[in-house]
Amino acid sequence: MTTEIDSTALAVFLFFFALVTILGFVASRWRKPATLAHIDEWGLGGRSFGTWITWFLVGGDFYTAYTVIAVPALVYTVGAYGFFALPYTIVVYPFVFMVMPVLWKRARDFGYVTAGDVVHGQYGSRALELAVAATGVIATMPYIALQLVGMTTVLKALGLHGELPLAIAFIVLALYTYSAGLRAPALIAFVKDIMIYIVVITAVALIPSKLGGYANVFAAADAAFQAKGSGNLLLGGNQYVAYATLALGSALAAFMYPHTLTGIFASNSGKTIRKNAVLLPAYTLLLGLLALLGYMGHAAGLKLESPNDVVPALFKTLFSGWFSGFAFAAIAIGALVPAAVMSIGAANLFTRNFWKAYVNPEVSSAGEAKVAKLTSLVVKVGALLVIIFLPTQFALDLQLLGGIWILQTLPALVFGLYTNWFRAPGLLAGWFVGFIGGTFLVWDAGWKPLHLISLGGEPFTIYTGLLALAANIAVAVVINAVVPARTPARA
Amino acid sequence: MEKSRSKAALWLLVIPYIGLLWPSLYNMREPALFGFPFFYWYQLLWVPITAALTFIAYRSVRHDD
Repeated sequence: MTTEIDSTALAVFLFFFALVTILGFVASRWRKPATLAHIDEWGLGGRSFGTWITWFLVGGDFYTAYTVIAVPALVYTVGAYGFFALPYTIVVYPFVFMVMPVLWKRARDFGYVTAGDVVHGQYGSRALELAVAATGVIATMPYIALQLVGMTTVLKALGLHGELPLAIAFIVLALYTYSAGLRAPALIAFVKDIMIYIVVITAVALIPSKLGGYANVFAAADAAFQAKGSGNLLLGGNQYVAYATLALGSALAAFMYPHTLTGIFASNSGKTIRKNAVLLPAYTLLLGLLALLGYMGHAAGLKLESPNDVVPALFKTLFSGWFSGFAFAAIAIGALVPAAVMSIGAANLFTRNFWKAYVNPEVSSAGEAKVAKLTSLVVKVGALLVIIFLPTQFALDLQLLGGIWILQTLPALVFGLYTNWFRAPGLLAGWFVGFIGGTFLVWDAGWKPLHLISLGGEPFTIYTGLLALAANIAVAVVINAVVPARTPARA
Repeated sequence: MEKSRSKAALWLLVIPYIGLLWPSLYNMREPALFGFPFFYWYQLLWVPITAALTFIAYRSVRHDD
């Protein structure tokens, strides 16, 4: 892939980047509240977002720049198996429909801002609150770092090498998030999503016609897989369980993350969330088509240094400079929205479940907002340092673990919405077993999220996160049944 | 009566899990559609189906808040 600077592409890119930067700073005056010095206003946009804003915001932070880069890259490399992102992002919405309005109501009624707040309110256990909050923060950090990976990929395709362009983009992001809070990514999400839609629809409509139609795209991918002896247009017989459990486990984990929960808590009603469960699948259609760009990479005969370059390389090869610049701007802005919401989600957790819980219980609303704003800066700088100083693989491995970790907060966060049977000691023990056990299994498999199991018959692979969740729930049930009800939570 | 009918509509939301988390149902090339092997268009088709099922469920509980 050539990497000299295309001035037209760069000019278009810079124009759109400047546009969203202005929007980011203007956002503090958008739907302006009496004061931004309150964590509900800074960190949740005043809990006032209706159907459309929620659609753009949740879509914008759920389908990230890294998705745009990594899903086609995985499909390019392994074929059908990488397509699990599609069933994952379909089955997530019935779950959102059933669970999230109930969770939203609980949060609204009691003024909860984070998952940690919900758990503390339900079980009165500081230990369980800390477990849930800390899991949220450490699962989010590598996720932010991956947005930077996505951004680095398009900057590289534009010919902008080195860390400086990335650092500048991120500092700009950090500053407007600091001043406008969740309003900034919510406003920018409109621009980002419209751009991504234009890019993907153009790509899936025009690229196949340049490459001889979809039948030819699939045939070319098939031939490429056979030539290299790995990858396939269909699943292998031993991949069925892995495919289904990855889809289900990822779907259950998706809305446990602080950034997606922030989007949920920021909406103005349970009805808004249910409507979004109907409307958000529109993004999934886009994702499915986007995934097929991986196959188009084979049909276009791209020679790549890394599979992550497949989408940028396709645009550079098949489209004129200005459209590539537009596409790259869409992807880079697609990194800013989720990175902003993730840092806000992590900052809310730190403020509510660590600062307020342990450092200054008497902190005022304005004080909370101030701590959260500063934390959001620290979180972003931390992610930037990770990307600059540690190998990318480190962020990838951590992100993989992050999915498994965040899934372990599901019982504590969700079960209490439906039953009062569970208590803190059981849930805490379950979380511990799921967290440590899941981490061990991933490490034991050489940092792979899949585990080989044999139940007498043919061995099969299963998503480790789901395995850990099963152990988590089993332990929670057993401990809860054994520990007498009046015993206060220890630890 | 009204309540039990709305509860029944929620069961529609189980259908996508069955249709998508059972890869043996769709892990095949034929019949292809517009050049897409069955595996791909089948799963893409579940996007509008799931949205439609969720919409029916939404209509049955929209007065609940």
